[in-house]
Amino acid sequence: MIRGALGKTFRLVGYTIQYGCIAHCAFEYVGGVVMCSGPSMEPTIKNSDIVFAENLSRHFYSIQRGDIVIAKSPSDPKSNICKRVIGLEGDKILTTSSSDFFKSHSYVPTGHVWLEGDNLQNSTDSRYYGPIPYGLIRGRIFFKIWPLSDFGFLRDSPNGHRFSDD
Amino acid sequence: MAQSQGWVKRYFKAFCKGFFVAVPVAVTFLDRVACVARVEGASMQPSLNPGGSQSSDVVLLNHWKVRNFEVQRGDIVSLVSPKNPEQKIIKRVIALEGDIVRTIGHKNRYVKVPRGHIWVEGDHHGHSFDSNSFGPVSLGLLHAHATHILWPPERWQKLESVLPPERLLVQSEEE
Repeated sequence: MIRGALGKTFRLVGYTIQYGCIAHCAFEYVGGVVMCSGPSMEPTIKNSDIVFAENLSRHFYSIQRGDIVIAKSPSDPKSNICKRVIGLEGDKILTTSSSDFFKSHSYVPTGHVWLEGDNLQNSTDSRYYGPIPYGLIRGRIFFKIWPLSDFGFLRDSPNGHRFSDD
Repeated sequence: MAQSQGWVKRYFKAFCKGFFVAVPVAVTFLDRVACVARVEGASMQPSLNPGGSQSSDVVLLNHWKVRNFEVQRGDIVSLVSPKNPEQKIIKRVIALEGDIVRTIGHKNRYVKVPRGHIWVEGDHHGHSFDSNSFGPVSLGLLHAHATHILWPPERWQKLESVLPPERLLVQSEEE
């Protein structure tokens, strides 16, 4: 009887490890479902929306301007941020608000990206902490699955004027 | 005829079963627990690669130790290069968040390491592309902690977390 229980325990542990590893590989190399919180990406992604993120673009280095990405926060590696890529390395970025009279530009350094939330009034992003290294990007969000009224591929940025035009 | 076909089918089924167990477990182990890597370059001499290009050291990289991003001053760590995300660099942690560093060749003489960042340097000053060039790095880029040298066999040793003297100016008060 003990041997039966022991055998069952081992089998359970074995299955847990096996499915845990498959889950890790799926999340790390393919993609997964993510719930977003916070107002910084409104109206594209609202608080408590559930989206689908893919990690293939990160591994193939094919993240582009206008993509919405999930990245590790530069000041807290255990939390994630969800923003849109405004500039890639070498791009010229307007660092002041477009309504300011004296505009200042800077260039995104090599290996970095410039992120901004769609809700410019209520978003802590690269305008606050500067460009972040590409290595912090975890995945690209491309599809919303909840709420069902907003099901489908994600919209383009409502702030088209923030993108550089060269 | 039917018997040999049955044998092939059973073998194929067993192979698929084994494959889908072995590959995810191995990949997860190498990503989450530990892996090995060959060190290239002279930026960590004399601790790593003292023979230059003749013999590259092979080190054991421990992911499990840094799963909560906990590092100590003096640890040798591998991280994703902030200038080139396709490359990993291996350097020593000199300062943690809140510490003030006296830099060598950086544009500012003294730098306070911001929250969530660390300051890394190669042991071979002047031949090292490290925080003196690109500033403090975010902890999110941390990849692994190099704990042992595995090859060549005469250099088999545990890597000590030793802080080079007088690199750190002021240590932060938190503990």
